[in-house]
Amino acid sequence: MVLAGCGHQTAAQDEAMTVTVQNKGSDTIVNLALAWAERYHDINPQVRVAVTGGGSGTGIAALINGTVDIANASRKIKTEEIEAAQANGIEPVTFVIARDAIAIIVHPSNPVDKLTLQQISDIFSGKITNWQEVGGEDRPIVLLSRETNSGTHVFFLEEVIRLGNKDDDTLFSQDTLLLPSSEGIGAEVRQNPNAIGYDGLGYVTDDMKTIAVSRAPGEEFWEPKVETVNTGKYPIARELYMYTAGEPEGAIYDYMGWILNPEAQQIVLDLGFVPIRKIE
Amino acid sequence: MKHKQSISLSERVIERTIQGTGISAIILVVLIFFFLIKEGVPAFFEIPITSLLTTRWYPIEDYYGLLPLIMGSLIITIGASLIALPLGLATAIFIAEIVPDWTRDILKPFVEVLAGIPSVVIGFMGMLMIAPLVRTTLDIPTGLTAFTGMVLLAWMALPTIVSVVEDVIDAVPKTYRDAGLALGLTRWQTIWRIVVPAGRTGILTALMLGVGRAIGETMTVMMVTGNAARVPRGILDIFMPARTMTATIAAEMGEVAQGSPHYHVLFAVGLTLFVITFIINLAAAAVVFRQTQRSERLLS
Repeated sequence: MVLAGCGHQTAAQDEAMTVTVQNKGSDTIVNLALAWAERYHDINPQVRVAVTGGGSGTGIAALINGTVDIANASRKIKTEEIEAAQANGIEPVTFVIARDAIAIIVHPSNPVDKLTLQQISDIFSGKITNWQEVGGEDRPIVLLSRETNSGTHVFFLEEVIRLGNKDDDTLFSQDTLLLPSSEGIGAEVRQNPNAIGYDGLGYVTDDMKTIAVSRAPGEEFWEPKVETVNTGKYPIARELYMYTAGEPEGAIYDYMGWILNPEAQQIVLDLGFVPIRKIE
Repeated sequence: MKHKQSISLSERVIERTIQGTGISAIILVVLIFFFLIKEGVPAFFEIPITSLLTTRWYPIEDYYGLLPLIMGSLIITIGASLIALPLGLATAIFIAEIVPDWTRDILKPFVEVLAGIPSVVIGFMGMLMIAPLVRTTLDIPTGLTAFTGMVLLAWMALPTIVSVVEDVIDAVPKTYRDAGLALGLTRWQTIWRIVVPAGRTGILTALMLGVGRAIGETMTVMMVTGNAARVPRGILDIFMPARTMTATIAAEMGEVAQGSPHYHVLFAVGLTLFVITFIINLAAAAVVFRQTQRSERLLS
């Protein structure tokens, strides 16, 4: 009885010292946020970061309703969302936590090494169907894409195929192969000289070739690299965000500070995203 | 009456248990059917039937054309059956009629081990080995095609077909063969004109089991058919990518919002799949039933 009582008391004391930070939002970021939360818990056992996904909109809605401390989003918060939060007495504060670049990948033997955004759009919407039309060999183009439930698929559709134009309703060509995994895209690109695909920079390996991309004809072409993404030169990249409810304080302040330090940014690189600062 | 009294309690418990398991199978099927109807039928109210019968499947932008999915599943299933049936039949005849007993004792277990290979392993092999081979041999743009799916599905259906057909041929009485040989038929004529026709009901059952396996298979087809939702425009389009109903459900169900039109349409796809397999089984049962009747008439 005595022992049991003691045990109970210690647990209660631990609980009093433990701080739980609620973190919710984008599915693109969820693995990164989880990796951060686990590592941070190893360093600071008294802080627990509870991470859930559900999508950028879900996370921001939870922030507006005051049910989470940090919202993850792979897009910028909308003006209406800021207004809704302010109506609830919450001032969202933006943190850019990492960047995500999408590389265009082809077979290493493919002689094409640069394309404009417009050309990529025409290729994936089915207007260009032969490599000859973009300076390559006389071969049919085989289009590879992730499945429609992938955030990368939606980003590629909106920012590359539709070139960021919201009124555009161009779709992927019906001949596009939708592969369930990055591994599927990698396997096909590695062995098929006709193929073109896209994937997060972290999934690119040495046995495939990345294409240099320019925003418009006549402009410079840029390879997808950590530097070109961070300087904003590589065109197919996006920022990943965390939003806090008001200026962060206490444990949340410490956590946000830790996320921006090299140790946490190394995890960004390990998971295939682009760190916001250079890692030695 | 006296017999009934002598049934012990334990026997009655066993009887009830067996009865219970038997009925639970029926209840499960009925429950699945009602669940599919409950979740799938709203799709037909939310989305006009004319949109469901179009050729564009792109649910994140509200294009819900089911035709490419239905065509994809049917083509791959039919193709796989056309490849698997002759191969399976030949293998079974070879094992049952031609090879000596000791070879048969080695071959049959090996064929049956094939059935135990997980579909994801076959899909992986297909993706890394068969698809590149198909592309270079046939000189087509990509190896991730309906044809690749057919070959792999045929391969997966083979063990079932071989095993069942072999059992059926084995069950044909030896007197049939003796009679054939006594009439002066060659060994081949005996097999083809007497043994195989005698076992055709079982062969049909084997084919239906194979078709059932092929139409319901998900993982392998998702990995090797390319999943492009396009309607085939000609016979040569079997060498183009295709998207099946099963792969669509598997790929999209995980991320869909519950209760949304997309969610209901995916259940409607499942319902369609259920109805198609039901019709196939019904057709098979009808044919088997008719043949039984005919043989009974002949015997009487």
